[in-house]
Amino acid sequence: MTVVYIPRDAAALSVGAERVAKAIMAEAAIRGETITLVRTGTRGACWLEPLVEIDIGGVRHGYGPVTPADAPSLFDANFLSGGAHPLALGPVEALDWFAGQQRVTFARCGVIDPLSLAAYEAHGGLAGLRKALAIPSAEIVEAIKASGLRGRGGAGFPAGIKWATALAAESETKYVVCNADEGDSGTFADRMLMEGDPFSLIEGMIVAGLAVGASKGFVYIRSEYPHAFRAMAEAVAKAEDAGLLGPSVLGSGRAFAMELRLGAGAYICGEETSLLESLEGRRGQVRAKPPLPAIKGLFGQPTIVNNVLTLAAAPWILAHGPQAYAALGCGRSLGTLTVQLAGNVRRGGLVELPFGATLRRLIEEFGGGTATGRKLRAVQVGGPLGAYLPDSLLDTPLDYEALAAAGGMLGHGGVVVFDDTVDLAKQARFAMAFCAHESCGKCTPCRIGSQRGVEVIDRIVAGHERAANRAVLDDLLELMTDASLCALGGLTPLPVRSALAHFPEDFERPARGPTLRAAE
Amino acid sequence: MTAGQAQAAIFDLDEAGRIVVAHLHLDGALLPILHALQERFGYVPADAVPLVADALNLSRAEVHGVLTFYHDFRRAPAGRHVLKICRAESCQAMGCESLVEHLAAEHGVTPGGVTADGRLTVETVYCLGNCALSPAAMLDGELIGRLERDGLDALVNAARGARP
Ligand SMILES: Cc1cc2nc3c(=O)[nH]c(=O)nc-3n(C[C@H](O)[C@H](O)[C@H](O)COP(=O)(O)O)c2cc1C
Ligand code: SF4
Ligand code: FES
Repeated sequence: MTVVYIPRDAAALSVGAERVAKAIMAEAAIRGETITLVRTGTRGACWLEPLVEIDIGGVRHGYGPVTPADAPSLFDANFLSGGAHPLALGPVEALDWFAGQQRVTFARCGVIDPLSLAAYEAHGGLAGLRKALAIPSAEIVEAIKASGLRGRGGAGFPAGIKWATALAAESETKYVVCNADEGDSGTFADRMLMEGDPFSLIEGMIVAGLAVGASKGFVYIRSEYPHAFRAMAEAVAKAEDAGLLGPSVLGSGRAFAMELRLGAGAYICGEETSLLESLEGRRGQVRAKPPLPAIKGLFGQPTIVNNVLTLAAAPWILAHGPQAYAALGCGRSLGTLTVQLAGNVRRGGLVELPFGATLRRLIEEFGGGTATGRKLRAVQVGGPLGAYLPDSLLDTPLDYEALAAAGGMLGHGGVVVFDDTVDLAKQARFAMAFCAHESCGKCTPCRIGSQRGVEVIDRIVAGHERAANRAVLDDLLELMTDASLCALGGLTPLPVRSALAHFPEDFERPARGPTLRAAE
Repeated sequence: MTAGQAQAAIFDLDEAGRIVVAHLHLDGALLPILHALQERFGYVPADAVPLVADALNLSRAEVHGVLTFYHDFRRAPAGRHVLKICRAESCQAMGCESLVEHLAAEHGVTPGGVTADGRLTVETVYCLGNCALSPAAMLDGELIGRLERDGLDALVNAARGARP
């Protein structure tokens, strides 16, 4: 019997994967073909979705992007045996787009049934956890330190150091909190992993719990991700049934329980202390640090807060050894980076590579240039607080230090491409408006400064006393950078400054009417 | 969870009370309770605030403060269907603002508003995690990618017309 794989990842569903699955099953029934349909996550090649794969002698052959109307012609072409068809892609993993990647965290995503624990184990799952169960906590922490793993949520803080702090903190109760708020525009890796390989996050949470001495974990998932929430809920229930979660993890006698919580549409709740406030049932207002959450976090207890991808990398590191992980990447950015190619790009999706590939290589080789076919003008890296880079900076390698040196930040790895119709004054205004909209309100430079920022940019664009207003804007940017409590107010100047520096002409055009209309 | 009001029930204090009680065992139960109330009734009615406050030993002001802090929570019923349209950077790069303008011009509804017949609420959202298939939107919890004008018209018309 032939096995057909069709994703049920939200991105694939958003372009019709469910209708395609139904059409293929209906056509199979009409033709009396028996096929087994396996629903997977996505491999991340969003541009090929809905991507239909057939297992032929252990090799996965792809067809895509498929529409429901293609079903009859696919059967006519004998696609179940890999027959020729205009949508035929051949062996999927041999496609340049995949062959050029190095999948570590996303090795299983899009390949297996995300809710099959057996498939998870058959593809290397649980090896890291078994290792962790066999060694003392301090050794787990040492392995994470030696791997060079840095937090993937944006700040790039060494995970091992955070874990060591929490391990050293004396307390009966400690927590592992997974930050699955993924608020940065242009990013979707956390979502894809939770939908496509949820057990890897569960395994990572348990490993983190063993490492720091915590027996309870929370995952804070943004409410914009209902599919991911459901996938995680199903996976947690299966893990409980299988004895992976509960009073005795894999029969070890050591307990670990997990609870999922839904965010409520506040970008600031991705900031770790705001997230903890939110989990405790309060307004998501940022806490002053110290105390560090690793010492005094959730409900006052030592807590490690880590991004989805940070936690999911831990089992691999234990299973393969820290050196294998540290052998990937460059400088102080070790391991793999999951780039999310988005915006105006022809072949958008998730690309996992060792740190250090250039933006140009990603956008041209993987992305295939702009979707509109127009000239690329700007690339925003690192979400709404990331810089807008011009073509001349595209040879910057993607690692934490190189991006910082170029006046930007890597953040969670989002790369948003804009063609030459973009207006950077409008984008700068949006950065300020977004900050005003999402500010937690705790400090004035952010809460009021961002509103002033919108007004001043409006005046500059409208041609009112440009030089004077530009000076006001510069002062404001400095104040926000220096005097904000957290990176929302502190980094909003980054997109604004980069727009001013690299695209000054957009702020100097003849006045265009009273105000700009932009998203607010 | 983020569904529209298609299945929303009329507010009922007893039922609200049962929802609150069902969540009291949770640590930090306030957000889960507010989500559950909105899931059931389509919004969080003002009448539910004292109930929640009493159950959690909080002041009404505290509950109100939380309710108003988070963009998700509605304090008034929404239209029968809810369309969330992404207006963050990746979708901007693919023309989401022209879709917003089209909604206003063709269907007379702007983000934050509801169509004249009360059937479709339109809300702004900043990123749906579908940025490789921008512009993105979400209708009653279902994600939509590569949204174009025609597709948008079809969605709006279906939401306002034949569908329950
Ligand atoms: C405004 C703001 C938003 C943030 N949003 C997220 C987010 O959505 N996801 C995330 O993992 N980290 C986010 N962070 C970073 C967290 O504060 C924190 O550094 C991270 O969760 C730590 O985990 P990591 O070390 O594994 O990256 C945000 C920070 C700020 C200032
Ligand atoms: S910078 Fe903004 S978001 Fe951060 S603490 Fe201050 S007001 Fe809150
Ligand atoms: S920016 Fe619109 S879906 Fe991410």
